[in-house]
Amino acid sequence: MPRIALFISQRLVKAVFVVLAIAVFNFFLVHAAPGDPAAVMAGEAGAADAKFVEQLRQQFGLDRPLYEQLGTYMSKVVQADLGYSYRQQRPVFDLLMDRLPVTLSLTLTAFVLALLGGVALGTLAAMRAGTWSDTAITVVGLTAYATPIFWIGLMLILLFSVNLGWLPAFGTETIGAGYTGWEAFLDKAKHLVLPVTTLGLFYMAVYTRLTRASILEVRDMDFVKTARAKGLPEWRIVSVHILRNAILPVITVAGFQAGHLIGGSILIETVFALPGIGRLAFEAVLQRDYQVLLGIFLLTSVVVVVFNLLTDLIYSLVDPRIEVAP
Amino acid sequence: MTETPLLDVRNLTIDLPRGADRPHAVEDLTFTLEPGEILCVVGESGSGKSMTAHAVMGLLPKAVTVSSGEIRHQGTNVFSLPEREQRALRGGRIAMIFQEPMTALNPLMRVGDQIDEVLRYHTTLNRAARRARVVELLASVGLPEPDHLRRSYPFRLSGGQRQRVMIAMALAVEPDILIADEPTTALDVTTQKQILELIQDIQAKRRMGVMFITHDFGVVAEIAHRVAVMQRGRIVEIGTAEEVLNRPQHPYTRQLIAAVPHLIEHREDFTRARQPVLTAEKVCKTFHLGGGFFTPGRKVVAGDDLSLTIHQGETVGLVGESGSGKSTLGRSIVGLIKPDSGKILFEGVDLLSLSRPAFRPYRRHVQMVFQDPYASLNPRHTVGDIITQGPVAFGEDRRKALDKAKALLSLVGLDASAAERFPHEFSGGQRQRISIARALALEPKLLVADEPVSALDVSVQAQVLDLLEDLRHRLNLSMLFITHDLRIAAQICDTIAVMQKGRIVEIGPAKEVFGNPQHSYTRTLLDAIPGKGWTIPEDVIPVTRRSAALRNSA
Repeated sequence: MPRIALFISQRLVKAVFVVLAIAVFNFFLVHAAPGDPAAVMAGEAGAADAKFVEQLRQQFGLDRPLYEQLGTYMSKVVQADLGYSYRQQRPVFDLLMDRLPVTLSLTLTAFVLALLGGVALGTLAAMRAGTWSDTAITVVGLTAYATPIFWIGLMLILLFSVNLGWLPAFGTETIGAGYTGWEAFLDKAKHLVLPVTTLGLFYMAVYTRLTRASILEVRDMDFVKTARAKGLPEWRIVSVHILRNAILPVITVAGFQAGHLIGGSILIETVFALPGIGRLAFEAVLQRDYQVLLGIFLLTSVVVVVFNLLTDLIYSLVDPRIEVAP
Repeated sequence: MTETPLLDVRNLTIDLPRGADRPHAVEDLTFTLEPGEILCVVGESGSGKSMTAHAVMGLLPKAVTVSSGEIRHQGTNVFSLPEREQRALRGGRIAMIFQEPMTALNPLMRVGDQIDEVLRYHTTLNRAARRARVVELLASVGLPEPDHLRRSYPFRLSGGQRQRVMIAMALAVEPDILIADEPTTALDVTTQKQILELIQDIQAKRRMGVMFITHDFGVVAEIAHRVAVMQRGRIVEIGTAEEVLNRPQHPYTRQLIAAVPHLIEHREDFTRARQPVLTAEKVCKTFHLGGGFFTPGRKVVAGDDLSLTIHQGETVGLVGESGSGKSTLGRSIVGLIKPDSGKILFEGVDLLSLSRPAFRPYRRHVQMVFQDPYASLNPRHTVGDIITQGPVAFGEDRRKALDKAKALLSLVGLDASAAERFPHEFSGGQRQRISIARALALEPKLLVADEPVSALDVSVQAQVLDLLEDLRHRLNLSMLFITHDLRIAAQICDTIAVMQKGRIVEIGPAKEVFGNPQHSYTRTLLDAIPGKGWTIPEDVIPVTRRSAALRNSA
């Protein structure tokens, strides 16, 4: 175990530097875009007076040289202060924390369900390769993969909310219902069903295809023949010998995709009117809300780094040939 | 025979799927296996010997079906049993070991657990009893520290150790029949000897019936009680080992035996009067595996003070076990690997001191033929492209190069029309001919052949060796011939260098090295050659080979 502890601590130290470097890079990236928050705010206020804009810039510190702004930003970042959104008149950290639960409950649920469902369906398809059930799974997967994600969302709303009236079409809870405890949870869960299904279908299609291909490859390997020659029952051969070896590439891709969970749900959040991080990022871009944008970027990069670390750990647990080497 | 045979195969016919090169994988097969007997099944790849073994195990691929006949295990027809009882038979009464120990074990499972699985599904032993049995089994196949080894993953073990684990696994519930499908083909000659002895020993102790599939008549001579020779799905000859080996009746058997490389072929002694073409001086190479910025990796010494001279027209054989550094030296000479120190002199010029552009002209003089003809030819290029790429890169006119390529193809015994076709349309032996033509297209002075025949069937092997021998005389080529098979080296090489752990332990004329080996390792290698006690009957040695021997002595 100390080996793993060493590995994690070394990786975390590296991660801090990676995240800081990303923060600097993001800062320049954001400032490279034309326009600034002062111009946008002045434009919206209808008072495009040059003096007023200048006054706003002074107030936000935008008149300072870029390196000075960077210095201020970085010194705040290391203290975990993500700045203040003048636009929303709230600290960026609070804004993010407000939105994060919505996004996480959506994407994590969709991700886990997609992974479980994808691996199960992929296995089923591979074990019955060439039969009608394989064809059915492949066709459904391909359709889910190829159809635009927002269109699927809209169609699901049309069917389950508008026509059947079973599920709510948007938002995170029934406004004004005043549910508490268990009822409130159920209400929220109900609101999540359609967005999670929409997002999950896409990921599931990816994992299904990947698992199927991987199993078909592993299925013909020599050690599977050995397992058969031992006289093991079929389910044991599939679960212990085939699936465990076939799952490795799926883990790679899943770890890669997990890093994008925070930013990857803008479309879903828009279609289902969910107040999540994705929507926040979109609005921040339109409004040139630098502080919020930088905060989201930083959060995303932290998530990516954390999931990469997790993937490596899981890999070393599943595959003894890979040792955790810092 | 009064008692029921262990295994009784009667009129077995297995259909291949439509569109295969023949309708039946095996046809009308009848043979028996008695307790305490080793039956060797011999034949070339595609002869149906593996298919037969898989049928007995009930492991046939879905695409092929048994169309008629029966397989009786102690009197009961296996095919009539329900799936559950067939499974109990498989691994329980009949066990099997495979050719590739490197891939036959689940890489993600501890070897002890893999053996334990057999006990779990075939016995009622509890956990502790199973564990004790696993340790006992690992010890019985001669593995060191069985209690520790039990918890290792396969990648930690060598090929020989893995094959021992496979054998331990097969013996777990004391089966009556052991089917061994080329179990030593992928192993080094010394490891092969140990595994063969282990199988013989276990077989004799437990009076098991062993069905041993092989293509190597040396192995047959070593262990077989009875021999069945298969060709295109039929048994063409079956009899006791003594009969089949010494008085082969069927022409195919005779052809196979004739192709077996002879241990000491009579060759003229090579006279070193001519110029040295290539000299390696004190070449060293160490590989560093793994490791990072701060952590040192593992060191593997693949070359330690290697010196070697190849004269014009000479064939130098580099022999040794896998990992002894043979290929590293070969690749260093071709310029694919840069040694850490030492000199490689080609006609007096040190190739290692040259810059890349200065080295380039020398590349054409030293060409390589690789081991695996299935992997060494680009599948998306036509054979003509493959052969002409080298000369074209050296500035030859494409049309002229193609004409020359066609001439080369006929030189290596292929039709000139092969130039328009793709590698997958050719068999392994034909592909190796293409590889040789490709190497010759640059008109090299030295050919480095890295195990050029070890992926081929024995009769094809003989043809390719004859071709190399013929080319050598016609083109006055020098050759570095890397092989792990001493019989082949004895047949084709003038000079032999024996390598062990990155060092050349013995070097000298082939006759002396084989006839009077000085180093103990050379003696170990020679001693491990299977079938030493068997001399190929004089009347089956083919006319061409004898005439070649005559020509050499003339």
